[in-house]
Amino acid sequence: MLDIKNLHAGVEGREILRGITLRIEAGEVHAIMGPNGSGKSTLAQVLAGVDTYQVSGQVLYDGQDLLAMTPEERAVAGIFLAFQYPVEIPGVGNLYFLRTALNAVRKQRGLEELDAMDFLELAKERMALVEMDPSFMNRSVNVDFSGGEKKRNEIFQMAILEPRLAILDETDSGLDIDALRTVAAGVNALRSKDRALLVITHYQRLLDYIVPDRVHVMANGRIEQSGDKDLALQLEKHGYGSYEQAAMGPGAKT
Amino acid sequence: MTAFLAGLEPRIDARHPAWLQALRHAALQWVAEHGFPTARDEAWKYTRVAPILEIPFQLAEPGPRWSAAQVEALVGDYGGPCLVFFNGYFDAGLSELDGLPPGIEVSHLAPQLLADSGALEGLFGHAFQTRPQAFTALNTALAEEGALVRIPAGTTVETPIHLVFLAAAGVAPQVMHTRVLVQMGAGSRATLVESHAGIEGEVYFSNAVSEVVLEADAALEHYKVQNESRAAFHVALLSVRQAEGSAFTGHSWALGAALARQEVRVVLEGPGAQVALNGLYLPRGVQHLDNQTTIEHLAPRCTSRELYKGVVDDRGHGVFDGRIIVRPGAMKTDASQTIKTLLLSATAQANTQPRLEILADDVKCAHGAAVGQLDEQAVFYLRSRGLPEAQARSLLTFAFVSELLERIGPAPLRAHVEQLVTAQLRGLEVAA
Repeated sequence: MLDIKNLHAGVEGREILRGITLRIEAGEVHAIMGPNGSGKSTLAQVLAGVDTYQVSGQVLYDGQDLLAMTPEERAVAGIFLAFQYPVEIPGVGNLYFLRTALNAVRKQRGLEELDAMDFLELAKERMALVEMDPSFMNRSVNVDFSGGEKKRNEIFQMAILEPRLAILDETDSGLDIDALRTVAAGVNALRSKDRALLVITHYQRLLDYIVPDRVHVMANGRIEQSGDKDLALQLEKHGYGSYEQAAMGPGAKT
Repeated sequence: MTAFLAGLEPRIDARHPAWLQALRHAALQWVAEHGFPTARDEAWKYTRVAPILEIPFQLAEPGPRWSAAQVEALVGDYGGPCLVFFNGYFDAGLSELDGLPPGIEVSHLAPQLLADSGALEGLFGHAFQTRPQAFTALNTALAEEGALVRIPAGTTVETPIHLVFLAAAGVAPQVMHTRVLVQMGAGSRATLVESHAGIEGEVYFSNAVSEVVLEADAALEHYKVQNESRAAFHVALLSVRQAEGSAFTGHSWALGAALARQEVRVVLEGPGAQVALNGLYLPRGVQHLDNQTTIEHLAPRCTSRELYKGVVDDRGHGVFDGRIIVRPGAMKTDASQTIKTLLLSATAQANTQPRLEILADDVKCAHGAAVGQLDEQAVFYLRSRGLPEAQARSLLTFAFVSELLERIGPAPLRAHVEQLVTAQLRGLEVAA
């Protein structure tokens, strides 16, 4: 489904991704772990289409050149990014926003748009999935939401938009253990053989709830090691220290 | 300036009361002596009057009549009493005055001025006499028509009173001076809508003055919808005096005109009076839309609230200048002013200037002004959910102005203004 080959990305001449190669098949859950500053979030943003990076290399999504697509084309094609820091949008109601988004996606996929009543039914059902309070429906997008509420809102949006490839960027950060369980349960409910997940996290904790098929360790803009879910447990024990030192090598600036 | 004034004479009818004849002479004399404002006048720093003075405007003649449907399409219908003026002339056929509760006066001004025995003097002459300015003086010397609204004490008018000023096509550029006089009796309540519109592309000059007096505990909700031709000029003054415990809410939408300047002047004369001014201006193309507000706190415990927002695109120019004056003795004044401007293009221009003059102790005055662009992170967030970029930008722009639309009380008026605002913003989307 997703085939990343030698992906580089930088900002103002500073290279952040230094040759990422990664292949994800439909139905798989991949986790990317790594220390702060390793480039995990940059990878998520480049895949979603943030245009502030200079990017080279190749990313094929279902055989299409993903890097040539606009963010909205990627969304219509089924890519979804759950933001690490969801954006507040005063004056735009949460439900109105999501219906507009869903209908924009449906329209471009040649499907009939949903009217307000049908959408409300769908929204109620999917909100229950992440145990989101219905009072959030008519509030402005993410405005005055707590950190945990914002993350629930991201997964709620994912449940509505039903992406084929969902990228969760540190969805666990800022969540207490109960919220983490709820959000993870929501994500697990969306797992299917047609859908792939790329879970980016700093901590192993999330992977107790969303069990990955593959775990990749990222440091200094590269994938340093890949393995199965046990790799996450080793990282929890030993930390990222060895990867960071190894990547730095002799003569590297500290 | 001489070209503009050449041949101008005060409109004096031998049947006019003596006070009006004297006032008209004085007003024209004032313009001859003081002339028009220049860039040296602080309040006219960003708005040049030269484009108006260069055009040899002639006093408007009655224009061709429109159908009721044409009028409604342009300015809406709010189900209440309605006075319609074409080129400044009253149109009885299109006006609707049936079903007014007894004692309430909604009439056109010309016959009232002729018959007046002095009751209108204080209302008509006040703005010119207290703070003379060239356009107010011209209106005072030349206005013959307009609306007179008097609501008796203790009376509530449920449906909005609609005053419609339309500019029809003319052979040569025409100028119309119209006047609105509103007297709200003690404890009375009403809603007033002033619509100013014209045929798109026509060049004309609308110079309007509205005088409002609120007696104790009266409440008036005032809506001004300026949607003139994009080739026209619009200069207007809304002057409000408030007695103890009265409440005035003003809403101003500046959508049309090549050059428009709306001045709102509120004097809080009695203790505990409240005023809220809301404004939205959406200049695009080469439109120049100027807003001037002055709120003067004379009495203790008065409250003033101001929220103005501008969205400027293309080579548009938006101006906001807001003065708040707290006179000695106006203790416990509570004033706040918020101005937010959104610039949608690199050539859009905005000037915002809050001016606070606080001459009393124990007052609360807050003000904030922000000029910015659309939040690019928000644009990306919406695009990442599948919204095309143009739709994402227009959704965020609309969200920026929605706060002001939500403040419109009557639902049909809100729908009408929303339609006008959407059309104006959609132009932005096409240009982007």
